[in-house]
Amino acid sequence: MTAPSRTDAPRRPPAPRPPRPWTRDRFERRAFGILRWVVIGFFLIATLFPFYYMIMLSLRPIEDLLLRPNSLLPDLSALTWSTYGEVLRPVEDAGQGFLSLLGNSAIVAVASVLVALAVAIPGAYAVSRLEFFGRRQVGTVFLLVYLFPAIVVAIPLFVLLSKLQLRGSLAGLVLVYIAQTVPVAIYMLKNYFETIPESVEEAGLVDGLNRLGVIRRISLPLAMPSIMATGIFVFMIAWNEFLFALLFLVERRDQWTVSLGLAQLSGSVEIPTTVLMAGSVVITVPIVVLFFMTERLLSEGLTSGADKG
Amino acid sequence: MTRTKETESERTRTPSRRGTTLAQRDARSGMLLISPALVIVLAVVLVPLAWSVLIAFQRLRLINVGRTGLFDNLTTANFARVFGSDTLWDSLVTTVVYTAGSTLLAIVLGVVAALALRRPFPGRGFVRAAMLIPYVAPVVAVTFVWKVLLNPEFGIVNSWGRKLFGWDDPIAFLSQARGEISLFGLDIPVPTALLTVIAFEGWRYFPFIFLFVLARLQAIPADMEEAATIDGATPSQRFRYIILPQLMPIIAVLVVLRTIWTFNEFDDIFLLTGGAAGTEVVSIRVYELLTVQRNVGAAAAQSVFLAAVLLVLLGVYMWVLRRRAGGRS
Repeated sequence: MTAPSRTDAPRRPPAPRPPRPWTRDRFERRAFGILRWVVIGFFLIATLFPFYYMIMLSLRPIEDLLLRPNSLLPDLSALTWSTYGEVLRPVEDAGQGFLSLLGNSAIVAVASVLVALAVAIPGAYAVSRLEFFGRRQVGTVFLLVYLFPAIVVAIPLFVLLSKLQLRGSLAGLVLVYIAQTVPVAIYMLKNYFETIPESVEEAGLVDGLNRLGVIRRISLPLAMPSIMATGIFVFMIAWNEFLFALLFLVERRDQWTVSLGLAQLSGSVEIPTTVLMAGSVVITVPIVVLFFMTERLLSEGLTSGADKG
Repeated sequence: MTRTKETESERTRTPSRRGTTLAQRDARSGMLLISPALVIVLAVVLVPLAWSVLIAFQRLRLINVGRTGLFDNLTTANFARVFGSDTLWDSLVTTVVYTAGSTLLAIVLGVVAALALRRPFPGRGFVRAAMLIPYVAPVVAVTFVWKVLLNPEFGIVNSWGRKLFGWDDPIAFLSQARGEISLFGLDIPVPTALLTVIAFEGWRYFPFIFLFVLARLQAIPADMEEAATIDGATPSQRFRYIILPQLMPIIAVLVVLRTIWTFNEFDDIFLLTGGAAGTEVVSIRVYELLTVQRNVGAAAAQSVFLAAVLLVLLGVYMWVLRRRAGGRS
């Protein structure tokens, strides 16, 4: 509407348009368009650089690091895998024994996943589908557990395990991890079960299956992707956990999880930093690989519900 | 074959269950299916929670844990000891500053990252996954890398800082309680180690915020923004008046979650500084009472105090939120 009044003398042959004036809108569009890439670059460097540094240091001999602390690229001719050998070898062979610690962590994490899923799948199904007394309250209780400080629960559990002489055993640790992960696992699985149309299950019921038959033959196969994601989530929590491992296992070196091992050894002066870096790479790689394999599933499992506002 | 047999047996069993409707049977199987989860959560979380309040009122040391009964040696001396300590309030202030700073930093970084990744571009899937790595990587490994990065002797941050910014001395990021920044000739004292730990928290937990905010952003319908664009709203105005109001509910929830978790955070500070150099938060004190002083009762009293402060803070926050929501409507 304002156009005719602005161009008061339109020429017949349309001349090349004069450069548009710098409005606030145009300026902002241009600025944010550039800023966006700057921000993306900044975040990429900030998140990936520490991991690049980790890998780079793990491949360098310690003397090289001390001589040239500011180098971003390792001296390719001096690259060494010996750090990995040293960190993985058993203690008797002058190594740090990470291989057996990795074994402990794997046992703890796999046991936690199996039991947590065995407990959480039926629970999640019940919460999502079956009308039973106290169904709503269950969700609140689980939310509270999920939020509640681990450090408060840690003391009585520490006392209890000391009384039962279970301190230093991996079983006690698995029990704690299960209790910590079951609430989230139920939440993630429940969200998925709710997306399965009820009519599919009703068809099964009509065809003569009972409830357990419906769960086993219809719901479980359909929910497989979500079960995978939940299992991996539990695995990552159990693998990464530190506080309870520290409280329960610190006196028993043969039972250490690999996280606890790295934390305990990183205080010692005798072990070269590059060897410990190799240890960091060794504990990080399985998690990052698992995560990249299931990134989409995991983020959807966690954030479903968030988009409802 | 097996299938028909199963259906058969089901059909023959049904008459004996006459009188129980599907709803009743569902209710029963519902209870049955949820009970293992409930039992384990009760046994490992809720009962210990109550027990830790009891221990807080007991004279209990690590040596005589085995011989002390459930209600032996009741006393209030633990709380007297906790409140009598000169450094309690210092460490509470540290905890509050640490919590507020880390939560704020993580929220700002997470929202900015989510906005930058809102529109599709080639490689977005990779960038998105890469940004989540700090959050999923083992805390022990990432704190170790940060410790080496910031090491005064051979850390790359200090060696580049000296080369590029002309720092005279290496900065002991994790072991210096008070540093000074010279700005326009003024020496401003800064709590170096505390700020470093807050920066670490921002780095480690912004992916959590990013994930949820991005999911919410992508669920916002485009029509309102298009209408605003036609009405002449600039990008910053659209963010301020259209996007941000729709993000506020999820941000409020994330603030609560991050506050709860950071307030009780133990691993990160313990692994980075061990609680030294002005970073002794309350959870570190709990750990020291338990393992160094071996005083279980005092440790429990300290942890109950921590939980109580957290509950009060959250209560205030909820009250403020509700009042603001009430005032608006």
